[in-house]
Amino acid sequence: MTAASERRMELVCPAGTPATLRAAADAGADAIYCGFADETNARNFPGLNFSPEELSVSVAYAHERGAKVLVAINTFAQAGNTGLWKQAVDNAAACGADAIIAADIAVLDHAADKHPDVRLHLSVQAAANTPEAIGFYTETFGVRRVVLPRVFSVPEIAALNREIDVETEVFVFGGLCVMTEGRCSLSSYATGKSPNLTGVCSPPDHVDYAEDRAGRMKARLGGFTIDCFERGEPAGYPTLCKGRFSALGHTGYLFEDPVSLNAFELLEELAKAGVTALKIEGRQRGKAYIASVVSAFRKAVDGLSGGADASASIAALKALSEGGQQTTGSYRKTWR
Amino acid sequence: METFLTLLTRRLVARRPDLLRRLGTVVHVPIAIVPEDLPHAFLLSLDAIDSRVTLCGKDEIGDAQAVIRAPLLVLLGLLDGTYDGDAMFFSRDLRIEGKTEYVLALRNTLEEADLTPGEFLGLGAPAAGWINDIGSRVLAQARCLASAGAERRDKLSGRHS
Ligand code: SF4
Repeated sequence: MTAASERRMELVCPAGTPATLRAAADAGADAIYCGFADETNARNFPGLNFSPEELSVSVAYAHERGAKVLVAINTFAQAGNTGLWKQAVDNAAACGADAIIAADIAVLDHAADKHPDVRLHLSVQAAANTPEAIGFYTETFGVRRVVLPRVFSVPEIAALNREIDVETEVFVFGGLCVMTEGRCSLSSYATGKSPNLTGVCSPPDHVDYAEDRAGRMKARLGGFTIDCFERGEPAGYPTLCKGRFSALGHTGYLFEDPVSLNAFELLEELAKAGVTALKIEGRQRGKAYIASVVSAFRKAVDGLSGGADASASIAALKALSEGGQQTTGSYRKTWR
Repeated sequence: METFLTLLTRRLVARRPDLLRRLGTVVHVPIAIVPEDLPHAFLLSLDAIDSRVTLCGKDEIGDAQAVIRAPLLVLLGLLDGTYDGDAMFFSRDLRIEGKTEYVLALRNTLEEADLTPGEFLGLGAPAAGWINDIGSRVLAQARCLASAGAERRDKLSGRHS
């Protein structure tokens, strides 16, 4: 752990299009994660993602700037129909990807077996949160890094790192999935589609917004009203976990407010906890978000080893956050 | 104006067939773009050979499958990548109605299009760089003026409330 805390943590940044990948590389990302435009990718939204040809060109662009490209093939393959997922692994390897991020055992097995030279990272979707679960993936498939679910406090991450012999990556900025990833079925209940199987939470073809004359905006998912924002009130993503409901005379958020993670103030503690890589969420976001967030966190990470103070750049990111609010999430957990 | 915008859009689509692939099911679908501070709306329909931009009244957008509303400067900032679409949605500067999947597909395609004035006009370097430079300076100036105006209005309404 001493060596890990002295090592500079890697900054892993999102890209939903070749243009945002270029923005991330130019802003100083150490690694960029992205995915293909199909159900193998947990960000399977219209207009987003990469064809194999676009990925090849983008990998070359990133490599020229010293950034690695990690390809997320992180949904769960359909029983009896794993061809699409295996093809995605083969395509990522052929495009020169530095690592594959996967959660499904069939996908991990195929990658380990057919492409032993490509690093394997365990996706947050696998929700591996015990030394035993992590040990299974490292021993069976040679996984080199585990993306930790967003349910740990910093001391819990430090304790976990003492018990495992594999790199860990944690989320430090962006939208929050408040459940243990890979195990949330809220979207399935309302729409029949989920991030785990089809790659979309709250698929946009099941989302609609309507504003009344008073400027009040109703957000609906699968026909259910899940929130109603007054005129000028900051809005959030149309996910059920951040729905606001009324019952027995009370109105409130059942699971979580519309809010984004920002763990800037915890970077030093995360380094001491033995974390190898810091992940920024937001493959669905535009170039403006990517350029601002990546360059602010580049400054922040460099600041840990004597670089300039990043506080002002980080403070400016509040305007990009869901609901205009930020939290340190479970890292400073007051609940269990 | 309509003819000019239609011509430029058709040229862009012909130059960048990757954009139509990215649009997916939005091809042919009319989408209304409504600058809140202008008297008119734009009806946009993208297609391999028959893309169209039609100027219409704000109450004549009945055919549109999706509607995107925002102040003109926000719309321009979204086009050239100065603003992030989700952030504008969270702050309620950008409002959408109708089929959300079409809005998302269009938004993500525009992100990829890197739609600077030079790219939209189909200019090569160095003319594109020159036009982009002027364009971004003019827009930055206009944003400064708009935010100063908004601050002044906030102060005044604060005083009177
Ligand atoms: S509903 Fe919320 S917690 Fe569940 S998958 Fe979607 S974003 Fe994550």
